[in-house]
Amino acid sequence: MKTTVDLASDLYKQLDEYIDSLKGKPGILINVLHRAQEIFGYLPDEVLEYVAEKLDVPVSKVFGVVTFYNFFSRKPKGKHQIKICLGTACYVKGGDKIFERFLEELGVEPEEPSKDGLFSVHPVRCLGACSMAPVVLIGEKDFYGRLTPNDVPSLIKKYREG
Amino acid sequence: MPVAVVANTVLICAGGACISAGEKSVKQVFEEKLKEFALDSVVRVVETGCMGACNLGPLAVIYPEGIFYQKLTPQAAEEVVVEHLLKGRPVEKYLYKGPAGEVKAKAQEELPFFKRQVKIATRNLGVIDPTDIEEYIGRDGYFALMKALKEMTPEQVISEIKASGLRGRGGAGFPTGLKWDICRRNEADQKFIICNADEGDPGAFMDRSILEGDPHSVLEGMAIGAYAIGASKGFIYVRAEYPLAIERLNIAIEQAREYGFLGERVLGTDFSFDIEIRIGAGAFVCGEETALMASIEGERGQPRVKPPYPVESGLWGKPTVINNVETLANVPPIILKGSEWFASIGTETSKGTKVFALAGKVRNTGLVEVPMGITLRELIYEIGGGIPGGKRFKAVQTGGPSGGCIPADYLDVTVDYESLKELGTIMGSGGMVVMDEDDCMVDVAKFFLGFTVDESCGKCTPCREGTKVMYDILEKITSGEGTREDLEKLKELAQFISEASLCGLGQTAPNPVLSTMKYFWDEYVAHVEEKRCPAKRCKALIRYVIDPERCVGCTACARVCPVNAITGEVRKPHEIDPEICTRCGSCMEVCRFDAISKVSP
Repeated sequence: MKTTVDLASDLYKQLDEYIDSLKGKPGILINVLHRAQEIFGYLPDEVLEYVAEKLDVPVSKVFGVVTFYNFFSRKPKGKHQIKICLGTACYVKGGDKIFERFLEELGVEPEEPSKDGLFSVHPVRCLGACSMAPVVLIGEKDFYGRLTPNDVPSLIKKYREG
Repeated sequence: MPVAVVANTVLICAGGACISAGEKSVKQVFEEKLKEFALDSVVRVVETGCMGACNLGPLAVIYPEGIFYQKLTPQAAEEVVVEHLLKGRPVEKYLYKGPAGEVKAKAQEELPFFKRQVKIATRNLGVIDPTDIEEYIGRDGYFALMKALKEMTPEQVISEIKASGLRGRGGAGFPTGLKWDICRRNEADQKFIICNADEGDPGAFMDRSILEGDPHSVLEGMAIGAYAIGASKGFIYVRAEYPLAIERLNIAIEQAREYGFLGERVLGTDFSFDIEIRIGAGAFVCGEETALMASIEGERGQPRVKPPYPVESGLWGKPTVINNVETLANVPPIILKGSEWFASIGTETSKGTKVFALAGKVRNTGLVEVPMGITLRELIYEIGGGIPGGKRFKAVQTGGPSGGCIPADYLDVTVDYESLKELGTIMGSGGMVVMDEDDCMVDVAKFFLGFTVDESCGKCTPCREGTKVMYDILEKITSGEGTREDLEKLKELAQFISEASLCGLGQTAPNPVLSTMKYFWDEYVAHVEEKRCPAKRCKALIRYVIDPERCVGCTACARVCPVNAITGEVRKPHEIDPEICTRCGSCMEVCRFDAISKVSP
């Protein structure tokens, strides 16, 4: 998979526009990284170097911040990101079993995209929908609650056939 | 032109749980059908914040009668429009029914779940459209800000909050008025007020619900706080995991500016104040105030030594007050109704109410706001409806990874900051996860330690290394390799880590282990001495077996087993090969003959 991004591309222009709109505000590195991840899907090293240069901060600082926060990913993710809640309420209701079943059905490691690039599985700590435990969030909006491991294959099928 | 008179209002709960239960499609059908029957000019459909009864969702309440519909589907919505809104006959099958099947059409007035609540911080949740500032104003919104700015000095605001006895709802319970007072006294050219909306405790979702369901109450609380301490700028630090809360906050801030509640010269006074949202990036430690400020400054979110406290040297070195979402939502009613009213609710040391998120093995899950001093039994049994599935209550976990598990013996303890602390746990942000006999307390302790290991920022050694060692010992115990010495070592490490860690995360990280050891010592002993997991949860210590007497050979289990560990001929008893079996439990779930059970050892 080609991970380098053409520097002149439209994506960089979008990022530039965002950075320019924040002119003068202090402490915007994290905001910029959020936007960059939205635009590029993840945070490849070239983008981090670009951000460092643009904001005039050391590259080491940008890497330091990116690797500190769970939300930032330096690796590409699957087209459908499956976030599995492993908060307390979901855990006592079997969230860990849902998590394992997803990994097994897709044959992937956590955070790694599946071979076809369609899915990646991410354990998350509490999605704040505890009363529906155990819950799974696919993409940004599709919540599934009160799941059992046996619901997993059909869920995957639904998104595979999309 | 004649003005259409609204005959009915349909309030649809758009809280997180109802959305995940299909609220959007229900709302769509309501709107489509109302249009179809030309009722759309006389029936208003409003999406509200969380109504609290999350396990009954999607919910809708139809006014003026207050008829409460539960577990709605698109099909049900259509029936409600046709029968109730068009013909005036409530549709019984979608109403709440009690244990004996009796219909409770106005569940919000009839059920203990609703009746026992006293709503202050969540007063507008489920009642107003959070995206419409006028609805907030219609419920006395921004009246408190007006009163503070026009009739009170900052000192008077502070003494009112002090007299109310309001304490921080984020966990530690520091008196809010005192915090404001110290910050006010610190001279500086610039001060800040921050709303801590980095709700990271797993099992707690009250802040999310308030932000989504009533964002203006938080903005108003911040503005009043800013006036009291002399700040001109505020930040809301909110989790990236809460996109809807961020969206609603943005809308609310925009509207508040438009109406002159934020910005230059608020309400025509000399007070100027504006708010900016900063989004977290998935680090639990950022709930700690010094780490949170580092994150707002665009740095790694690592805590620093206190003192100096934020009220002395906070964001960019300026005096800063950091208040939690729920704390701020309590501020406007206190200013408006007075400290005496607020202080009349609750206990001697813990005034007012607390919002709890009931979750786990309890019948009525959801969000409840109750007076401080309520007992755990009232919370779990009267309001929560008890434990489902005929299971036995085992423990309730409060305070998230910094808290502990309270066993059945203490169900009659009243809930306030002090009494929970005495039991070895904390109030925390108000998450309450109920556990039953199937939950292993050693495993629960391991779960929380795993969380802390992941979330430890790595700055100080006791937390970074110590929690990892504790986790490894717990892992050893739950895999049946533990010894008596390991238990002693765990205790020793716990003591050391809580004394030597830099910030609250490390200092409280051993609590889940200490409290479970204190109340469930026998379970630890069973794991190390008998290699037995009494709750039959720890995979290494259990096996799944099929009872040949009960198994009819339907093959359901064999078909669902993901690793083909089950063999047997059709209509003959099946068998599970323990060597292949991964203990996923799928077979037990599909067996309709109760033939599969867990044994330990």
